Amino acid sequence: MNKRLKTLTKGITDVSPLMIPVVPFGIIFGVIGMELGLSSYMTFGMSVIIFGGASQIVLLQLFSGGASSLVTITSVGAVNSRHLLYGAVFSEYLSHLKFSWKVILSYVLIDQAFAVSNTYFKKNKENEFKHYHLLGAGFTCWTVWQISTILGIVLGSVVPEELGLSFTISLTFLALLINDFREFKNIIVMLVSGIVATIGYNTIPFQAYIIVAALSALLVATLLTLINLKKN
Amino acid sequence: MHWSTIIYCGIITYLTRFSMIFLLKKDILNDKTKKILSYVPSAIFPAIIFPPIFLDSTGSLDFESNPKILATVFAIIIGFFSRSIIATIFVGLISYWFLIFVYY
Repeated sequence: MNKRLKTLTKGITDVSPLMIPVVPFGIIFGVIGMELGLSSYMTFGMSVIIFGGASQIVLLQLFSGGASSLVTITSVGAVNSRHLLYGAVFSEYLSHLKFSWKVILSYVLIDQAFAVSNTYFKKNKENEFKHYHLLGAGFTCWTVWQISTILGIVLGSVVPEELGLSFTISLTFLALLINDFREFKNIIVMLVSGIVATIGYNTIPFQAYIIVAALSALLVATLLTLINLKKN
Repeated sequence: MHWSTIIYCGIITYLTRFSMIFLLKKDILNDKTKKILSYVPSAIFPAIIFPPIFLDSTGSLDFESNPKILATVFAIIIGFFSRSIIATIFVGLISYWFLIFVYY
């Protein structure tokens, strides 16, 4: 098989298990959008234009709470600040690519694609077509996200709220971290982030609790790294 | 909701993803920075995971009669030993459903 196609296929198969929770996530988004009285075009348009589950859910939450456009846009920016760090990790592998590749790959650089392609890139630094892995993973996410958004729009209020499907959002992000539970330092970093976010959820304005929590946790990660370097 | 809000949010989302890939050159990061950046998922995901689990619908801490905490513990145990993403999510969701529909 052609190496490009092989890497692309690997990206698709690697990310596929992560698509199982994305389906209910997309459906939930579609259902909530309709429940809040948005048009189906607008709900679907958000999935195409923004293409980010966390951003879209935060946008809906703030819209339903009557937040201003400025607060909403600032909050989405805060939620998205994590992508800056993803990009900083990926630039090591992607900086040699043509501008057009960077434009396309940036659109699909979401949590799930980042998680699987980051693992792949670490192990396959020599593969000159490794960016096809991210292309395959990213557009698989894109397709699944759009289809499940449409499903949510169609299902509307048929899905019973009692199923508590919103819990799958937490479970999805948790599952992405499962391999990091083996290192004690990672667990400390996770606890700092989680505790700061939980306390800050109500106290930090503009829904900036995610970025404040992430920065606090990264500060701790930096200290742990520096202490470790000194020891060696 | 205005289309303009959605479009601005789309632009911000896209730019955060694009800017670092575009701006950074290959060798700009030293080993120490890379090591710190490897903690990024651990630093960000819990901020999304924790609040919906520990806070109730009014935003107050809920440790008692909270099936999500127990379901999350089951999910972590299974995930730790199986290293399987699907198993983690399914065990979490099924034990959550068991707790809310059968146990409580």
